[in-house]
Amino acid sequence: MTDTIIEVEDLHTHFDVGGSLFGGEGDVVRAVDGVSFDIRRGEIFGLVGESGSGKTTLGRTILGLVPATSGHIRYRDMDLATLDEKQFRPLRRNLGMIFQDPNASLNPAMTVGQGVGHPLRIHGITSNRAETRRRAAEMLDRCGLSPGEQFLDTYPEDLSGGQKQRVVIARALITEPELVVADEPVASLDMSIRAKVLELMMDLQDDLGLTYLYITHDLASGKFVCDRMAIMYLGQMVEWGESEDIYDDPQHPYTRALLEAIPLPDPSRRDRDKKLPRGEIPDALDPPRGCRFHPRCPEAFEPCGWEPKDLVDALEERWTTVDEDTFERELGMTGDLERVGFEGSRLRFSPEDRNAFSTWLQDVGPELPTAVWSGVETVERDGDDVVVRFRFGPEPGQQQHAGRTVACHLHGVVARPDGDHVGEPVDATT
Amino acid sequence: MTPTAPNISRWASLRRRMEHALRPWRRANPMARRLVVVGLLITGFFGFLAVFPNAVAPYAEDQYRFVEGTTDDPLTVDADCAEVECPQIPRRIEPTEGHPFGTTADRFDVFSRVIHGARVAFAIVLLSTALAMGIGVPLGLFSGYRGGKLDRALVTLMDAVYVIPGLLLAIIVAFVLQRYFDPGLASAAVAVGVVYIPQYYRVIRNHTLSVKEEPFVEAARSIGAKPRTVITRYVFFNVVQSVPVIFTLNAADAVLTLAGLGFLGYGVPFPEAEWGLDVSRALSDVVSGFWWTAFFPGVAIMLLVTGLTLVGEGLNDIINPLLRVRGYKGKVPDRDEPAPEADATQDEHVTVGSRRETR
Amino acid sequence: MSTPVTFASPDDRDRAGPILEVRDLSVAYGTPQGSLHAVDRISFDLHPGESLGVVGESGCGKSSMGRGLMQLLPPGGDVGGSVKLKGEELIGVGRRRLRHARGQDIALVFQEPMTRLDPLMRVSDHFVEAVRAHRPDTSKDDAKQAGREVLAAMGIPPTRADNYPHEFSGGMRQRIMIALGIVLNPAVIIADEPTTALDVIVEAQILDLLDRMRRTEDVGLILITHNLGIVAETCDRVAVMYAGRIVEIGPIDDVFANPAHPYTKGLLRSVISTDTTELSSIDGAPPSLIDPPCGCRFEPRCPEAFDACPSVDPALTEVRSDQHAACLLYPGADAGSTTDVVPPERDAAEGLQGETR
Repeated sequence: MTDTIIEVEDLHTHFDVGGSLFGGEGDVVRAVDGVSFDIRRGEIFGLVGESGSGKTTLGRTILGLVPATSGHIRYRDMDLATLDEKQFRPLRRNLGMIFQDPNASLNPAMTVGQGVGHPLRIHGITSNRAETRRRAAEMLDRCGLSPGEQFLDTYPEDLSGGQKQRVVIARALITEPELVVADEPVASLDMSIRAKVLELMMDLQDDLGLTYLYITHDLASGKFVCDRMAIMYLGQMVEWGESEDIYDDPQHPYTRALLEAIPLPDPSRRDRDKKLPRGEIPDALDPPRGCRFHPRCPEAFEPCGWEPKDLVDALEERWTTVDEDTFERELGMTGDLERVGFEGSRLRFSPEDRNAFSTWLQDVGPELPTAVWSGVETVERDGDDVVVRFRFGPEPGQQQHAGRTVACHLHGVVARPDGDHVGEPVDATT
Repeated sequence: MTPTAPNISRWASLRRRMEHALRPWRRANPMARRLVVVGLLITGFFGFLAVFPNAVAPYAEDQYRFVEGTTDDPLTVDADCAEVECPQIPRRIEPTEGHPFGTTADRFDVFSRVIHGARVAFAIVLLSTALAMGIGVPLGLFSGYRGGKLDRALVTLMDAVYVIPGLLLAIIVAFVLQRYFDPGLASAAVAVGVVYIPQYYRVIRNHTLSVKEEPFVEAARSIGAKPRTVITRYVFFNVVQSVPVIFTLNAADAVLTLAGLGFLGYGVPFPEAEWGLDVSRALSDVVSGFWWTAFFPGVAIMLLVTGLTLVGEGLNDIINPLLRVRGYKGKVPDRDEPAPEADATQDEHVTVGSRRETR
Repeated sequence: MSTPVTFASPDDRDRAGPILEVRDLSVAYGTPQGSLHAVDRISFDLHPGESLGVVGESGCGKSSMGRGLMQLLPPGGDVGGSVKLKGEELIGVGRRRLRHARGQDIALVFQEPMTRLDPLMRVSDHFVEAVRAHRPDTSKDDAKQAGREVLAAMGIPPTRADNYPHEFSGGMRQRIMIALGIVLNPAVIIADEPTTALDVIVEAQILDLLDRMRRTEDVGLILITHNLGIVAETCDRVAVMYAGRIVEIGPIDDVFANPAHPYTKGLLRSVISTDTTELSSIDGAPPSLIDPPCGCRFEPRCPEAFDACPSVDPALTEVRSDQHAACLLYPGADAGSTTDVVPPERDAAEGLQGETR
């Protein structure tokens, strides 16, 4: 029974932000940027990533709560990406959603019975109040709120966080959907009850034959819950495959970093060498070119897509470690970093003394905290300026490695078709 | 699931819902509750006068003759009745036993006019706020939920209306209405009501904008609810809670606007009893020393406005949960030595009084 | 970092003396139903360079405890007991002294850094203000210089010191907050869920930073969190709070390896870790803190409860060297009771051994 329930192909979800008052072109955030995967019937598929990785947007796009920009979502004989809100509505009894914050995802003005029973009325599954209430009470019972009838007339504010999440689950499952998108279903619950809610979700999966798309930032619960999973970073999947493979032997540095960083209740682990990536997930408005993870990657090397802004960042990072005098001297050498020129894959400095500057830069380059210097092809003089030119750094394409799909140059340089590369390929490279 | 279950649970669920609706009141801080109670008492008093004016007022609003056996049956005013049989009420007499608030130049009993004035005040306030609510609330909901160009256009329009001072706008509307309709309760109500549409619209629209972003609205979409269902069942009940506050505060304001209109002669026509109108007609009396003709209607306006404002402010405290905790003080149990801390916090504990303390 | 526990041994600590002594600290809030006793007579010591983790679930009073230490309570809050900083009592002192203490001696790091930074002030000006508020004769340049130095130590490039707070990401802002906290060399840092709003990787970065700092600067760190993993990775000692009380306190390795209190056991079991094969949880809900039960507060949820538990309020008692638990299974916990408490046959020691792996 490994037939595919949903097949996502090259899905993009972009948001316009900051458009002007007169409807001019604003910037575009590529929240989901070319994602392809499939979910098999009866499995739990995990989407794991930090905030800003696009995992929630991907889940909402699949449910048609956010319009897809391009790509396909194949479900039954339909392409969900092309349906409008009205066409989507009848399908919603087959596609449910469990939300992160149970305190906010229940209507405070509706009783539990009304809230849980509402999907039945919307889809015309029941026609009268008594029948709706009976079904709602049954579902509440099944979700561990028993006797269900006693909960029908309570309001969400009378319930604890765990009970509310059970109500949310009951509401999502009362129409007996095939696929349920669970967006961080236990993240806002207390530790001591998380397990109970997860257990409930997994029991219901067995009983009702559900398929889950489980969205989480918590790899620990992801490992326990998911059959297969995908690690997302800045709108793309960097590694996906069987959960066990990914946990036992992560192949992407980002996955490795995530696994290293999870704080586990085991004091003996405290002095391990974490090799944490530097910095934070960058602004999705202006993602790094080449591999999107390369500025933070502890294992990044030559072809990862080094670009001008990485050199500026590396210089700034260097200055957090040197003493005040060195900083003043070196800042005098480079001039104000806000005035350097970004020209595609070239970086233009206008130093006062270009000879001293290029000598210094050549000296200091290999010592910089990141491997950015490995991506520098030449340092040339151009009039009074010094221009640093970066070599070809392709955005990594997907490749099969150790039983899963991974997008990383460490396993061989593969350029992603239509990727956001740095520079131009030269015949000699690769 | 016994056959009788639905019936029983229907009652039980009704009770649960009532309890739920009353919960903010029970949790409210005692000061806010006191405000509301005092305000309601004042407003209720005028409400009683408005509904049963004849139970209290000795004369009709436009009665200027004593009728035979007057005090027993003041309503049978006979305009054709002869001077001898039905003597006229004297003009401008000071407050006396027969006329506790005195009489006016038109031979009207001020006491009765003040009481009958409550009827007009209530009728106009209710009609005008109903009009404002009926237009402002749905428009705000729709515009806030839909957003887009229509929303922008409506916001601009409402802001434009809002910029005009309330009384001025009411006068303009009243003036226009006078050209087409007979002046009366209805047109005065419309004139006053138009002023308040933007207020309801703005509050409801802004509230809708924030509720729209709540996850439960997306949850409603995710279970397949149509936009209309989302608005009526998910958004509406979460934004109406601000309506009672605007309602009471607007009602207070409407009393003033109505009085203003009446004062300027654009309100209900004479000889209908209306406080603003009475104050206006009493203007010339004041300079001659006949203070009572203007004083008592003025006091009535002030009292009713105060009552409504108290209710509004109290409700605001009760409905806005951030203000709700105000007024309650916690107290850590004293350790073995009780004396020293007691004095520092003593006077702040006035409000604690009736609640049970746990040791 | 050769040995897992780098702070002074108990003997050394006694010589150094605690930097913060908390005794019978209580915090109460006003509600329409009566006083809510969020923190109920808790006591602990904090030594220089030590990091104490305070864990518990939402509503257990851990945040109220942090705020109570600084007497930074919302209106209607009341605080009692004794908090001694380097031997000086802080509860009941004047506002001026208190304001001086917050910042100069005790720094606070909160969950939401953006709400604590003035969006209209450059980051460097925050430092000028913070330094000059406590040391008025510092020159502007000196204050900025001091700011740049701590910022660099926190990994913020000196070139960005004059930027505005909104130009930084969430993790950077938290770094700035920590830098602001330590620029005056405080003796104690109270960090209330400092990383809850951040992603795992940034969380790990910030925790590393806090950990390194308290070791090098000899600062006492109180880390309030709901995440047992964070405590295990950054703290020397841990205090487990439940329903306004500390139910167990002790060295991190001991508490995590041999939890004594049934609540600690349950909590540790319910953590979903990468090697979890079976889920576990604690049934029931914490009691109301408006009218708490008179016996053990965990009794209704406790799998090991016996007949005395509903009526006798357990006190903290030493279970193993330095590890204290408030549970009647252990001798000495019935200190406040007039009747003798006899745990059932399956006694404490046995129960404890059973849990040891």
